[in-house]
Amino acid sequence: MTTLEDKPAQEFVNNDEHPVGYGRMLRKEDPRLVRGLGKFCDDISLPGMLHLAILRSPVAHARVVSIDTSAAEAHPKVKAVVTGETLKGLNLAWMPTLSNDVQAVLATDKVRFQGQEVAFVVAEDRYSARDALELIDVEYDMLPPVVDVRRALEPDAPVIRDDLEGKADNHCFDWETGDEAATQAVFDKADVVVKQDIVYPRVHPAPMETCGCVADYERVDGKLTLWATSQAPHAHRTVYALVAGLPEHKIRVIAPDIGGGFGNKVPIYPGYVCSIVGSIVTGKPVKWMEDRTENLVSTGFARDYVMQGEIAATKDGKILAIRTNVLADHGAFNGTAAPVKYPAGFFGVFTGSYDLEAAFCKMTAVYTNKAPGGVAYACSFRITEAVYLVERIVDCLAYELDMDPVELRLKNFILPEQFPYTTKTGWVYDSGNYEPTMRKALDIAGYPELRREQTEKRARGELMGIGVAFFTEAVGAGPRKDMDILGLGMADGCELRVHPTGKAVVRLSVKTQGQGHETTFAQIVAEEIGIPPADIEVVHGDTDQTPFGLGTYGSRSTPVSGAAAALVARKVRDKAQIIASGMLEVSVADLEWQKGSFNVKGDPAKSVTIQDIAMRAHGAGDLPEGIEGGLEAQICYNPDNLTYPFGAYICVVDIDPATAVVKVRRFIAVDDCGTQINPMIIEGQVHGGLTDGVGMALMEMIAFDDEGNCLGGSLMDYLIPTALEVPTWETGSTVTPSPHHPIGAKGIGESATVGSPPAVVNAVVDALKPFGIRHADMPLTPSRVWDAMQGRPTAPI
Amino acid sequence: MQVSMTVNGEAVTEEIEARLLLVHFLRDQLRLTGTHWGCDTSNCGTCVVWLDGEPVKSCTVLAAMAGGHEVRTVEGLEKDGKLDAVQEGFVQCHGLQCGFCTPGMVMTARALLDRDPHPSEGTIREAISGQICRCTGYTTIVRSVQWAAAHEAEGAATVEQDSVTVGSQS
Repeated sequence: MTTLEDKPAQEFVNNDEHPVGYGRMLRKEDPRLVRGLGKFCDDISLPGMLHLAILRSPVAHARVVSIDTSAAEAHPKVKAVVTGETLKGLNLAWMPTLSNDVQAVLATDKVRFQGQEVAFVVAEDRYSARDALELIDVEYDMLPPVVDVRRALEPDAPVIRDDLEGKADNHCFDWETGDEAATQAVFDKADVVVKQDIVYPRVHPAPMETCGCVADYERVDGKLTLWATSQAPHAHRTVYALVAGLPEHKIRVIAPDIGGGFGNKVPIYPGYVCSIVGSIVTGKPVKWMEDRTENLVSTGFARDYVMQGEIAATKDGKILAIRTNVLADHGAFNGTAAPVKYPAGFFGVFTGSYDLEAAFCKMTAVYTNKAPGGVAYACSFRITEAVYLVERIVDCLAYELDMDPVELRLKNFILPEQFPYTTKTGWVYDSGNYEPTMRKALDIAGYPELRREQTEKRARGELMGIGVAFFTEAVGAGPRKDMDILGLGMADGCELRVHPTGKAVVRLSVKTQGQGHETTFAQIVAEEIGIPPADIEVVHGDTDQTPFGLGTYGSRSTPVSGAAAALVARKVRDKAQIIASGMLEVSVADLEWQKGSFNVKGDPAKSVTIQDIAMRAHGAGDLPEGIEGGLEAQICYNPDNLTYPFGAYICVVDIDPATAVVKVRRFIAVDDCGTQINPMIIEGQVHGGLTDGVGMALMEMIAFDDEGNCLGGSLMDYLIPTALEVPTWETGSTVTPSPHHPIGAKGIGESATVGSPPAVVNAVVDALKPFGIRHADMPLTPSRVWDAMQGRPTAPI
Repeated sequence: MQVSMTVNGEAVTEEIEARLLLVHFLRDQLRLTGTHWGCDTSNCGTCVVWLDGEPVKSCTVLAAMAGGHEVRTVEGLEKDGKLDAVQEGFVQCHGLQCGFCTPGMVMTARALLDRDPHPSEGTIREAISGQICRCTGYTTIVRSVQWAAAHEAEGAATVEQDSVTVGSQS
């Protein structure tokens, strides 16, 4: 087996002309997508297809007294109207969430958030289905809503989840990690302790394509085909089998082209279940596509953590311990899509990139009358919150010590010789070399010059800020012994077939939503077996055509499925070597591999290509004894550990003192994701995440009024950065391979979303230093920055 | 009601409901699904098409309003099997990831280059600021449009030579 040591360090070739494996290569997806010939869910049209629309609750908390569907049923184009009562008869009124809670498919007893599903209509066309919703008459008996997360556990708070037996409060779960007593002991001896309340407001992934599906149930053979906006088609299929009682082999989930996911398309939403029911009831294919408001008010939100951070240090800036207390708002149902044993996701990595003596976190999660969700928006299972906490509190410490935030970080980094490094909360960081990454970012930024400029500007009353953040991510769930979703171990299968002419097809359990799997997975296989990527077809997103696996989220495709692709290719190559030994009439040990061919050691002229071998494997000639015909293999890869990418981010902002408008002038991102498969795609992933980060730091928030009305229910109210709000990104990279990953790669999909919010906020707070500001919460809109400038920064919730 | 218009150079006459939006007319009735729908509020711009050569958001135009006019969609950009320079720029410069916003972005960028063949970065950003991309962070979209501008300036022969050969060996 090839090891990392055998390989030359990071040699990139121009794959545009000579694709052979890793390196920049244009994407195989693009020719169809730039022509508008992608096939997204709403592009699917089947003969006789009907359209489904969902009636949603206009209020946050109420008892459903009655639902009158007679007028809707009388509409000439309506084929079916279904309420929770109908579903109750099918035992489908409730479904499990990915966190072992239950969620109403259609409300039967109460509505628990504004936008909750109450009934659905199936009609001949989209517009008629919407018309019929207006004809359904629902009588609600209003109940007081729980909106303020801090009041959810008060004794007189209305109980939201009275559907759960014996439930008398809004408590969802408690969780803690680290050593409380040891942390207290370190805090007791510390010279300096800094405490800060930090809120990470509720935000929403809002992919450009909303969620939806087409369900087609064939009555006679009992086969259900579901085209769905799913990041995890295999996991979805199994859950449908468990929920609906349909036999799993009769369910085919197809995720076609997906218009962005960011975690929003991991959960199973009531709309999918309704569509399946709609197709069974009508005997026709049924399409459901959310509108934008439905997407924003009802599908998986992200964050919503109210945190208190504390940091203990010596007076010369050695960080000793971090402690945090978190109040987590999980909405009306616990719909978090995280590994079951990790109710707070991977928040435990809040110790960041620093070598600490102790750490402790205590968390309480509660139910409120808001949409369910929690893990979405490129967060790597709550690492966004963890990194924001640690990188903000470290800056608060720098403020109190009057120390440069870069100097403070450099002083406390885990050192390269300490890897693999076990944190005080039990995470084993696989590899890292932080200082060169930090220094590279400083070089690109011209850090000393920026500080000089800032000093001059401050003297003139101008507001310029420089924000620094250094993050360590943890991505690539499993291993399966620790990580599962509803009992499904987080491993991924891969299958590779080389056809007789030497062309190949590789089948994946993961699914691209824009990450470019059709390109990068062809490159991974090409690197291992020397078949050009153009000759390798990547099949994914169809459960009937691909091996089982848990899907694409939490940056797990490259760490898990990418490893599977490399290993399955090596398995094929091992077999090819045996066949080659027969063809060249030498022993296996006498062969050496040149990318794409085997030759006899010391005699390069005696060689056979992988294409020759493929033909022999399928041909009529003899094969070595004991070797079956064909050239294919399948594996299921169970990772040893997560991978731990990291990066150094520097943000430069200018604030208009008259309007408090923040302008992000520059943003420098240096990322280390280990071995790079396609640097062009890596850069793209980073750019996208940085934009998300600027959005969250400055603009995005799903807010609610006192009645529980969602105030972020359209793109006029939920602000997403356009080309005018973000700078030209400046990126760089270092390469520290993962020691346990077969090709040394780590995930990159969410690094920038995780790392950039603290960099932006740190920059804004730095700009506001003349006002004596140590912290201000996101989103840093002009009005909130203005409040901070007046010396009264406020929490957003 | 009946509506007649020209779509990508072809005359079209269809029976429609008066309230039908242009985006749904193109997608559902004519099956031109390259034009996407992403919001109801004219914020996201995935639905941008041309009405008489000007980019419009087809989610806020009634199909009836396009009657007698000329509509062009992303499907009408490719000529004789050859991508428009803007489409090619998006491929060359990684100007797309999920590809959902791309048709709208491409239509806006093409219209920009038609009236300003050498736009500044600021002009490009301004031109696409009515549209949202959740994947790319816009820098590579700006580069894609600049690529197209540069290659069109160099002339057709150069564009031919640099045409996209995704994943092929030469």
